[in-house]
Amino acid sequence: MKAVVIKRLKGLIIKETFQIFRDPSSLMIAFLLPTMLLFLYGFGLSLDIQKLKIGIVMEDTGVEVQSLVKSYTNSKYFDVKTSTDRHVFKKQLTSGEINGIIVIPQDFSKSLKKENDTPKIQIITDGSDPNTANFVQNYATGAWSNWQSQKAVTDKQKTQQLISSRPRFWFNPELESRRFLVPGSLGIILSISGTLLTSLVIAREWERGTMEALMSTPVSIFEILAGKIVPYFILGMISAYVLVFVSILLFDLPFKASFLMLSLTCCVFLFSALGLGLFISSIAKNQFVAAQISLFVGLLPAFLLSGFLFEIASMPKPMQIITMLIPARHFVSNMQTLFLTGDVPALLFPNIFKMFLIGLFLFLITAKKTVKRLD
Amino acid sequence: MFSKIITLIIKELQSLWRDKKSRGILIIMPLVQLFVFSLAATLEVKNVNIAVINNDRGSISQDLIEKFRGSNTFQKIYYLKNYNEAADYINTQKVIAVMSFQQNFSRKVLKGEPAEVQVILDGRKSNTSQIVYGYINRILDGFNSETADKFNMSKIENSVITRTWFNPNNEYIWFTVPGLLGILILTLALVITGLSIARERELGTFDQLLVSPIQPFEILIGKTVPGLIAGMAEAIIMIPLAVLIFKIPFTGSFWLLILSVFVFLLSVIGIGLFISSIAKTQQQAILGSFMFTSPSIVLSGFATPIENMPVWLQHLTLLNPLRYFITISKGIFLKDLPFDVVMANLIPMFLISIVTLTGAAAFFRRRLE
Repeated sequence: MKAVVIKRLKGLIIKETFQIFRDPSSLMIAFLLPTMLLFLYGFGLSLDIQKLKIGIVMEDTGVEVQSLVKSYTNSKYFDVKTSTDRHVFKKQLTSGEINGIIVIPQDFSKSLKKENDTPKIQIITDGSDPNTANFVQNYATGAWSNWQSQKAVTDKQKTQQLISSRPRFWFNPELESRRFLVPGSLGIILSISGTLLTSLVIAREWERGTMEALMSTPVSIFEILAGKIVPYFILGMISAYVLVFVSILLFDLPFKASFLMLSLTCCVFLFSALGLGLFISSIAKNQFVAAQISLFVGLLPAFLLSGFLFEIASMPKPMQIITMLIPARHFVSNMQTLFLTGDVPALLFPNIFKMFLIGLFLFLITAKKTVKRLD
Repeated sequence: MFSKIITLIIKELQSLWRDKKSRGILIIMPLVQLFVFSLAATLEVKNVNIAVINNDRGSISQDLIEKFRGSNTFQKIYYLKNYNEAADYINTQKVIAVMSFQQNFSRKVLKGEPAEVQVILDGRKSNTSQIVYGYINRILDGFNSETADKFNMSKIENSVITRTWFNPNNEYIWFTVPGLLGILILTLALVITGLSIARERELGTFDQLLVSPIQPFEILIGKTVPGLIAGMAEAIIMIPLAVLIFKIPFTGSFWLLILSVFVFLLSVIGIGLFISSIAKTQQQAILGSFMFTSPSIVLSGFATPIENMPVWLQHLTLLNPLRYFITISKGIFLKDLPFDVVMANLIPMFLISIVTLTGAAAFFRRRLE
C-alpha cells in the first residue's frame, strides 16, 4: 500500500515538474520575478534622506544671519536656496519643489544683541509627506542648535544642556534603512512568488477541467495536493537561498545567524505561503479570481501589514491582530534578526511556530474543502 | 458600428459581473483594502515599549521616567536590572529602546552639572528607532527647561517655531489615503484589462470573436471600456469616503481630480492591454501584471520618497503614471494644487497613455495577422 502511494506521488510530482518546465512563465515567477523585485526593493526603497531641499527666507541680512545660512549651506543634509521674499518659496513648497522653508525674521540680529532675548527662527514643512516633514524639522532644528551652541562657545556663554542623551543604535550603527528593508523585502518577494504560483497552478487545473480527470483516478486528494506542493516547495527553497545570497553580495549585508536557522525559517514560511496559495485556489477555481485574491491577500498585505516598512505597534489594535494571521509578518521579523542580530531562539522559534500553525490550518481547511467532489 | 461596440462592452461587463466571486472581489476588496491599509500604513510611531535601567538613587530620574508615561508614543515601560537583561529585551524585540541612568545622575543634575542618559536603540528598525530617539529628546528638552525653572538655573531657550503646512498635525493618514486611491485604482484596472484577452485566448473564445464581423479596434475598445467604467466608479465611491470617513480635507477641484483619474486609467489600461495581447496564457498575463504593479508602487513615492532613490532610478520614475497621479491626488486633496502644477503632472500621464494605448493597438493587430 505504502509503496503504491509513494509511486503515485512520484508520478504526480514528475508530471507537475514537466508542467513547470513547459510554461516558462512558472519559472519566471519562481526566479526572474523574485530577482527583479529584489533589485527594485533594494535600490528603490530607502528611508535615508539624501538631501533635503529647503528655501531660506532672509528677512534680515545681517552678518549673523549670513553665518547661520552658511551653516545650512555647508551641511551635507541640505540643498539650500535663499530669497528675501517668502512668497517665492510658498509656491515651490506647494508644488513639491522644496521640502521645507526656514524663515529668519527681520528682528533676528536685533534680538541676538539684546541681553535677555533669544532670536527665533521659523521652520515650515510640507505635511503632505509627513515622514519627510519630520526629518526636515529634526535636521533643521539640529543645525540651528549646532549654530547656537557654536556661537555660544565663541561668546563664552553657557552651552551645555542640563540633561543630554547619547544614542547607540545596535545592529545597524550607520542607520542604513536598506539593512532592514532588504531582509524584510525577501518576505514579500517569497510570499508573492509562493502564493501566486500555487494558487494559479491549481486554479488552472480546475478551469481546464483536468482536476476532474485527476479525481477520477485512484489517487487520494492528499496525494494530489502533495504532488502539487512538493515541486513548488523545492522551487521556493532554491529561490530563497538565491535571494539571500544575492542580497548579501549585492547590498553588502551582514548575515549573523546560522544556515540551519535560515533554512528552518524559510521552510516553514514556504509551507504557510504555499498553504495560502492552495487555499485561495480551492475557493477560486479559476485563474482570474485566483489572481485577484492573491494580489489582494498576498501582495498588498505582505507589503503593508508585515512590518517590513510600517511599524506594527503603531497600528490600531484590531489591525495588529490581523497582522498575526499573515505569515509574512513573522517571516520578516525573523529575517531581519537573522541578517542583523544572529540566532535569537527566543524570537525565532515563536515566529516559526506561528507560521507553522497558520500553514497547518490552511492545509487542513483546504483538504476539507477539496473533498473529491465535482461541483 | 456603435451598436456593435456597445454590445461588446455589455458582454464584457456581463462576463465580469456574472461570476459571483469576481463580482464580490471587484466591489468589496478595494473598499476593505482602503480601510485596512489606510489605518495600517503609517510611519508614525505609537504604542512602542521601552525599558529603563535605573542605577540612580535620587528622584530626578524617577520624575523624568514619569514624563514618558504620559505620552501615547510609549506603551509599557519595563524596569531592568542590567545590560544582559537589556540585551535580551532588545534582541527579542520586546522593547525598541533602553534608557540607562548612572548612579550619580540626580546628584549631578541637582548640582547643575551636565548629566547624560544613555539610550540603546534597535537598529533593525532604524527608521522607527530614529523617530523614537527624536521623541525621547523632545521629552528631555521639556524636562530640562522644567527642571531649570524649578531650581532657578539658567537654561537654553527653545527658539524654533515649527509649522506644518497642508497637514497641521502631521497625520500620516492624510498622506496614505490619497496615495492608496491611486494604487487601488491601478490594481483594479490592470487586473480587469490585463486578463481579459488572455482569458479569451486560453478558453478559445477569442477565435469566435475574431471570426465575427467585428473589427480588431472595436474589440480593443470593447476591452478598454469596462476597466474604465470600473475604475471611474471606484474613484467616485472612494473620494467621498476619504472625506467623510477618514476626514481628509478636500481643498482642490473635484472635476480636475476626476479628469486626472480618467487620464490615469487610460495609461494603465493601455499597459494592461499591452500585457494582455503579448501573453499566451492567463498565467503569463498575471505575471505581467505583477511585474508592472510592484515596481509602480515602489517607484511612485508612496512607500518611500523618490528623492531618496539613486538618481538613475529617479529618472525611471518619470515613466510611471502612478507617480504623477499620486502627486495630483495628494495635491488636490491637501494643497489646493494650482492648475498649472496639475497640468505639469497631467500632461506626462497623458503622453504615457497615448504611447501605451497605440502600442497596445499596434501589437494587438500584429498578433492577429
